[in-house]
Amino acid sequence: MPRILSTGQAINEALAIALASDPDVIVLGEDVAGGGARDAEDVDEMGGVLGTTKGLVKRFPGRVLDTPISEMGILGTAVGAAATGLRPVAELMFIDFLGVCLDPLLNQAAKLRYMFGGKARVPLTVRTVSGAGMRSAAQHSQSLYWITTGIPGLKTVIPSNPADAKGLLLAAIRDDDPVIFCEAKGVLMQRGEVPEGDYTIPIGQAKVVRAGGDVTLVAFGATVAVALAAAEQLAKEGTEAEVLDLRSLQPLDEAAILGSLEKTGRLVVVDESTPRCGIASDVAALCVDRGFDFLNAPVKRVTAPHTPVPFAAILEDAFRPSAEKVIAAVREMG
Amino acid sequence: MQLTRDRLLDAYRKMRMIRCFEEKLQELVLAGKMAGFLHLYAGEEAVAAGVCAHLDARDWVASTHRGHGHCIAKGVGVAGMMAELFGRKTGLCKGKGGSMHIADMDRGMLGANGIVGAGIPLATGAALTAQIKKTGGVGVAFFGDGASNQGQFHESLNMAQNWKLPALYVVENNGWGEFTPTEFVVPVADIAERARSYAMASAIADGMDFFDVYEKAGEAIERARRGEGPTLLECKTYRFHGHYVGDTLAYRPKQQAEEWKQQRDPLDRFERRVVEAGLLDGDDLRRLDGEVAAELDAAVRAAEAAPFPDPSDVLTDVYVSE
Repeated sequence: MPRILSTGQAINEALAIALASDPDVIVLGEDVAGGGARDAEDVDEMGGVLGTTKGLVKRFPGRVLDTPISEMGILGTAVGAAATGLRPVAELMFIDFLGVCLDPLLNQAAKLRYMFGGKARVPLTVRTVSGAGMRSAAQHSQSLYWITTGIPGLKTVIPSNPADAKGLLLAAIRDDDPVIFCEAKGVLMQRGEVPEGDYTIPIGQAKVVRAGGDVTLVAFGATVAVALAAAEQLAKEGTEAEVLDLRSLQPLDEAAILGSLEKTGRLVVVDESTPRCGIASDVAALCVDRGFDFLNAPVKRVTAPHTPVPFAAILEDAFRPSAEKVIAAVREMG
Repeated sequence: MQLTRDRLLDAYRKMRMIRCFEEKLQELVLAGKMAGFLHLYAGEEAVAAGVCAHLDARDWVASTHRGHGHCIAKGVGVAGMMAELFGRKTGLCKGKGGSMHIADMDRGMLGANGIVGAGIPLATGAALTAQIKKTGGVGVAFFGDGASNQGQFHESLNMAQNWKLPALYVVENNGWGEFTPTEFVVPVADIAERARSYAMASAIADGMDFFDVYEKAGEAIERARRGEGPTLLECKTYRFHGHYVGDTLAYRPKQQAEEWKQQRDPLDRFERRVVEAGLLDGDDLRRLDGEVAAELDAAVRAAEAAPFPDPSDVLTDVYVSE
């Protein structure tokens, strides 16, 4: 009987395994323990704004810490704790809040090891929710993983399903480098089969989630489902798309991208972030630079437009990449 | 902690080493032999020495752009420091850090820091590690008056007091934030007052007096080790040199600097006190002066003779998993 969990439940399970298997692991962030709940009978602990860490504080008292609303303090303290012997999992509630706390990631976590000549380790994991789809508008919906991906010294991963979320989070926590773990909103609510027990998925390995020989759809996080939906539709029209789930944005599995391109000769990148200086452009540049001889058509990028994320449902839906947009891009290639 | 003869000798040696180290750097930069942005600690020696005299291998310090003094006081060797400042492969950071990122994790030195205020949460994190792993250690943040206007300062102090962390926040109020007098940008008379916002213990020390810093830091560190929480310790001090080597000092009254140097030099005051009290004699101190000068000269010679990093080293030490 397969075990069906939501991505949020899979993340909770991974955190519990990490906490149980290593006394140096701590979890800290806003409301991640109880919020208002302490010992009173008529209140319940929150476990974070989306309930992802619910129940952990009871099992691991003293290692699941509510913080003030101080993102710079949370991340800066977590970097210091990581450099001195703990393995913190800090929660940045939404990746949009990078705006108030970039320094601990940009100038500290990412650079301590290099600046100190290889003599520091910063085994920090930052869990953060990214992406649109919950009608949360411009300051709670961005897909800013391109910022952390572009900072040498950080790793950035973004699972597309519950099973990968569990394995990638365990890998991130046990990694000795700082890892940004993006929980795309479109993925958090998704449900799927999740293996029991302790397992990791190596950081930096993309996965072919649908095989096909006519066109490659590169996707990650919430856009994997979009690409798969497009592939189903395209198949009905006689075009077999291969869907490659990047899973990790840094390190980037360049060999997997180029390998699939070599097979199909055509490639579309589907990225729910904005188009400038982003992952889609980065992958397109890789294909042109190192896969030019494989290309039978221009590389296409399906991204959000260069705008903030709007609120109204009709606007937000128009903002996000969709299967229709992916199909249109494939058709444009001829 | 009792100030034994050995501890006094060690404190003097460190303060003298800091002074001579910084003056040597100034000489090397002005002679065109050393590159980089250097912020000298001369004048503030009693603060680093007075605090670090209480620290041991369990403890961590996080520092600032003006970080050489904290390194020396925490026991980092000057040979590795000098090689780093010369950009050599034998440097503490293999030539990748330089003055503003000099660090020695083996000595509990979490690094100088090029971002004003950024060391404060790092030390807070070290204190969190000490609390959770029950090491008995403390996390000490050194920072300037300017950093007390940064959000990292306020967020860290608030968190540390909430969690009763074994932390010490040492604000080195040297009267100047870059080229601006502290009173132009800090509306409170004493930065130590800011602790009250966080219900945190605080103290003010004469940062030009080793013994006053030693006493007040000692009380705070003992309190932290007992699990009674953090302290904000303000040390009133003075920067003998400019903000960085090459600073014209056009903004600072010459008379002010002369008064601090003539009347409050922490090395002079230390010597007068220990000699008058019969704790050490002049010969002890002159012997240490000689040792310091010789060690420093040897460090410079070794650094100048050391190999440069290989250009391919630019690619290493980015990730543990590379």
